[in-house]
Amino acid sequence: MTELLVATRKGLFVLEGDPGAPFEVTARAFAGEPVEYAARDPRTGRVLASVTSPFYGPKIWYADDLAGEWEQADGVALPDGGETALERIWVIVPGEADGVVYAGGDPGALFESRDGGASFRLNRGLWEQPSRPRWQPGAGGLCLHSIVPWPGEPDRLALGISAAGVWLTDDGGATWRRGNEGIVARYLPDDPPADEVALCVHRLQRSAKRPERIFMQFHGGVYRSDDAGETWNDIADGLPSDFGFPLAVDPADPDSAYVIPLVADTDRVTPGGSVRVYETRDAGASWTPRGDGLPPEHAYLTVLRGAMDQLGEGESLELYFGATSGAVFGSGDAGATWFDVARHLPPVHAVAAS
Amino acid sequence: MPFVRLRGPLKQLAGDRAELAIDGGSVGELLLALEREHPATSGWILDERGALRRHINVFVNGEMCAQETPVAPDDRIDVLPALSGGR
Repeated sequence: MTELLVATRKGLFVLEGDPGAPFEVTARAFAGEPVEYAARDPRTGRVLASVTSPFYGPKIWYADDLAGEWEQADGVALPDGGETALERIWVIVPGEADGVVYAGGDPGALFESRDGGASFRLNRGLWEQPSRPRWQPGAGGLCLHSIVPWPGEPDRLALGISAAGVWLTDDGGATWRRGNEGIVARYLPDDPPADEVALCVHRLQRSAKRPERIFMQFHGGVYRSDDAGETWNDIADGLPSDFGFPLAVDPADPDSAYVIPLVADTDRVTPGGSVRVYETRDAGASWTPRGDGLPPEHAYLTVLRGAMDQLGEGESLELYFGATSGAVFGSGDAGATWFDVARHLPPVHAVAAS
Repeated sequence: MPFVRLRGPLKQLAGDRAELAIDGGSVGELLLALEREHPATSGWILDERGALRRHINVFVNGEMCAQETPVAPDDRIDVLPALSGGR
């Protein structure tokens, strides 16, 4: 049985089912409130959710039992008395070390928990980056949306921030450096300065079996890094568009990646009214459309950056994605065929499978 | 001493009390005192800057007011989610 945590504009929906048929909604939490992201920590079973109440501000909540009470995590705030308030938590990711959980938010803030998500602390190294005054928000804000641990090496981490590029640490977040070489932004003048940070990364995913390899969906570009995010190569050739948000990988295959192209930044819908997931199995040298079971026409969907996830690996890799239309789709055979998971949920912000 | 009236989650965070006597010379001082006396309310009404959240309205004796508004000992202060926050 697969569980999907579907974070929507009107609450968190828990869906359960098996690939091939619609899932059932088995629980709903935070009814009516925008839930940005929710994930189950596979180490503990704890579910963590970020909720941005329009009235009471952004919070992280956690529950060890979805039928029980949710508790508010402590410390999810910027320093008191400053000029900036936390706008939103975009992503929550279990770390490699015991009890470590990361959360990323707007404005470009990283929080770290060492007690499984019960309390968090702001990462000062990133918060006090000298270049921070030059960081620019994208359309969704200055969002830290991708947190990519390195399997087995808790001190190594890559971050993606829109629009402040890629940030890398090898010392557990004490110091950070940029990892932007090779990225070309069409919305900047030619020959930007070498330390340009206004780079609108949309999503990062690391290959589990070759962790120095990271795939990136950019704001106009799909990239691959083979040196842990230091430099990037464009691999978008063969896609109908190089604009999009989500990205998934098959953990068993370091040459694999899945993207969902949208027309362009000025028209953020599936091209030609056809919903297609594009798969590469040769590290981006070629792309194959996967759409058997997905809407072939008259479907103009928007899929946000957190709204795609994978579960398992190899031929039985499960893939799930949700759209702002409220539709959720799934595949139980690595994208070869697709089925409707749910049709009429509220606008989907994020999907997490376990 | 002025008294503050809370509803919904704010009431729950303040020990499930709908009315609390809180001391303060202004709305802002009073809200900070509420946070000190009931730490669970921290971050729910005021943000990290100390600013009233955009979609929270505060009324003194029925009149919408600002953080700087003075508060007298017999005043009634209502802290309410604003109509503008609904989506």
